Amino acid sequence: MQEVLTGMTEPVLSVRNLTVRLPGGADRENAIEGISFDIGPREIVCIVGESGSGKSVTAQAVMGLLPKRDLVVTAGETLLQGEDTTKAGIHRLRALRGTRMGMIFQEPMTALNPVQRVGQQIAEVLEIHTKLSGTEQRQRVLDIMKAVHLPDPELMIDAYPHQLSGGQRQRIMIAAALILDPALLIADEPTTALDVTTQAQILRLIKEMQSRRNTGVMFITHDFGVVSEIADRVVVMQRGRVVEQGTRDEVLRRPREAYTKMLVAAVPSLVPPKRAPVEGKLALEAKKLSKIYGRRTFLNRKARIVKAAQDVNFHICKGETLGIVGESGSGKTTVARCIARLIEPSEGEILIEGANVAHLPERDLRPYRRDIQIVFQDPYRSLNPRRTVGQSIIEGPVNFGMTREKAVGKARELMQLVGLSPDALDRYPHQFSGGQRQRICIARALAMGPTLLIADEAVSALDVSVQAQVLELLDNIRKQFDLAVLFITHDLRVAAQICDRIAVMKNGVVVEHGTTADVFRSPQHEYTKALFDAAPGRDFGVQQSVA
Amino acid sequence: MAGYILRRVLSTLPVLAIVAVLVFLMLRLTPSDPAAIIAGDYANPQQIELIRERLGLNEPILKQFIIWIGGVLQGDFGESFFYKKQVAELIGERLEPTLSLSLLTILLVVMIAVPLGVIAAHNHGTWIDRLVMGFSVLGFSIPVFVVGYILIYVFAVTLDWLPVQGYQRIRDGVGGWLLRLILPSMTLSVVFIAFIARMTRTSVLEVLNEDYIRTARAKGQTEMKVLVRHALANAAVPILTIIGLTVAILIGGVVVTESVYTLPGLGLLTVDAVLARDYPTIQAVILLFSFAYVLINLLVDVAYTFLDPRIRY
Repeated sequence: MQEVLTGMTEPVLSVRNLTVRLPGGADRENAIEGISFDIGPREIVCIVGESGSGKSVTAQAVMGLLPKRDLVVTAGETLLQGEDTTKAGIHRLRALRGTRMGMIFQEPMTALNPVQRVGQQIAEVLEIHTKLSGTEQRQRVLDIMKAVHLPDPELMIDAYPHQLSGGQRQRIMIAAALILDPALLIADEPTTALDVTTQAQILRLIKEMQSRRNTGVMFITHDFGVVSEIADRVVVMQRGRVVEQGTRDEVLRRPREAYTKMLVAAVPSLVPPKRAPVEGKLALEAKKLSKIYGRRTFLNRKARIVKAAQDVNFHICKGETLGIVGESGSGKTTVARCIARLIEPSEGEILIEGANVAHLPERDLRPYRRDIQIVFQDPYRSLNPRRTVGQSIIEGPVNFGMTREKAVGKARELMQLVGLSPDALDRYPHQFSGGQRQRICIARALAMGPTLLIADEAVSALDVSVQAQVLELLDNIRKQFDLAVLFITHDLRVAAQICDRIAVMKNGVVVEHGTTADVFRSPQHEYTKALFDAAPGRDFGVQQSVA
Repeated sequence: MAGYILRRVLSTLPVLAIVAVLVFLMLRLTPSDPAAIIAGDYANPQQIELIRERLGLNEPILKQFIIWIGGVLQGDFGESFFYKKQVAELIGERLEPTLSLSLLTILLVVMIAVPLGVIAAHNHGTWIDRLVMGFSVLGFSIPVFVVGYILIYVFAVTLDWLPVQGYQRIRDGVGGWLLRLILPSMTLSVVFIAFIARMTRTSVLEVLNEDYIRTARAKGQTEMKVLVRHALANAAVPILTIIGLTVAILIGGVVVTESVYTLPGLGLLTVDAVLARDYPTIQAVILLFSFAYVLINLLVDVAYTFLDPRIRY
């Protein structure tokens, strides 16, 4: 059916042999090289690839948004309904943007102008491209806001972006992109920054809008779950080239190329593997842990109180991985920070070997600092860019009295352990890739000889293939050092693969707690069920693990 | 909001109190004697002593302070040692030239510096950018008085387009008022234009990398509107902060500029008062300046809420 459709109609977008040159000194000559694909009307084509594969460059080339001085189209064409946008002048391009091609971006938090009302930002498209009066514009904006299912458009039209949730902001972006019914919608990772339940809603919305308005969609993503949910056809990119393209089922179920196979295989399955129950010594216990922000004070009596975490109880044994799963704002990071005593909990106990460290003053806390170490989400920001990785790794042990020579020796061992060359200790963080940096962060944490390792979304910023490797590393060091691991994540697939037990958090409260197998097999709480339902590409995960 | 402003206004009081104490003490701890200066070079000690007695300078410092601060609280800043006039009256006379000069300068600075900064940011890395930044370095490397004399030499002495110095009150004609203020304002503004252009460039450059700039371009918006409506609107808060701070530094520049152009304003009054050890006048002028500074900071903070809806007090 799909083939018939695309075979018969003129494509909305036809990319032909497109090549974009990178500036000198890059790791390769061209950002994208000789890529070709078509997008038909009413068709969703997913461009899939890891970071650096050139998928965003492709989108920017079509929109004519490439940074002028750095990236230059050197060959090929991008035909938007037959018109080559790479050859269009700036005035023509501006006329096409918003009218025939619209674009939405990854970060709805930052893609909207924070000092302008959202209604104005949608109306801006009308103001640029139409001669509608102010009242007509407002009416059109209200209509499209209704169409993207924003609640109470009359009220929301005058809101500022910060007053809306992430999902609502992305709806605003979609409204602005679609208000003039463009033939092509380019969506660059539009749901990556959203929670799963929100992501499911936005995906549904894009599908609905697209089929109602006959829009062709170029959907850029790195997430195979999303691909299996939304794609009609898939284009797989690697290092600037198209590796494989075909219908969704062809690519996901019967991938031909080794790279595609590797990518598909690297996607963690939603079915947890069998795990033997861990019977280690108790490493850490949290009792009735609470963190409340915004106490009313004498001067500020109306302060808003946020219960970031409430009455959280759990324990972790040595050699065990406990997952805390939840969406943004669920309090999972707050709990991690309390446990690591980066912040002081408002109430409750944190017991390390029987000692309650929850309310110890900094001086008494110090000996316990080495017991708990954290690996953070963003490996690009969690290493000091002005210090060599060696300096970063030995800093902790030296602070605790280890001699420099001994610390360096240990750092060399650890580098080897995490799969990096010990000679790389003298290099700076920017000389490593994201996955390598995360390995360095793990080495840095291990250098302290912790009993508990907290991984706060530690693999969320990584590409799937790298993610799989880092997960494996984490699991290996857990075994090797008999570590207790507290694994904070929003990603159910990752949680299924690495955790022995799982605690599901919502609004600061643990709503469900059990072994990973039990929670995934028969979730009890409504919220857990909703989370699983929203996970993109559920069939894909199950199907894949059976295969 | 109203509560916030009230609280802020109240919090200026301790600041002013501290300034009052410091100014008062510092003047009395510096080794000089107003009485000797008033009496002149040929006075004998008895005459000086007489003057000291008359001015109340023989009282204990604490008593002097209480007398002064008691007056201030009732709006009485005392009588100038030197001009033999009420200080309040004296300041009233001198306010207009200084206010005119300051406002005109700020206007000039904002009108020139902000567009320059935006243009430089937009043309980041090109010769235009380098030209603006070159001017900027030059601008804040040259001292105010040098700029002043160069401008006088070129525009007043050589070209004879503008008067060399002096001041005309607004009520005697806006044309003449403006004509006499052009050179002083230009002089005073150079360093601030240089500074604010540079800060504007930095702020706008940072904002230009934001995602919403890309969104605006993806809508088909023209570059001009992208720059003004999206970039500048978001860069406004840091720029305003700098402008607010500038006004404080401006006061120092006013003193020098008024001396160069002999504008009969507060700056010139300050210089004369300091030279004459005219305690009441110095104290009042400095109190006034610090009050103005605190007030401007408050205005800037309030203005933030109009520029950025995320800021609420």
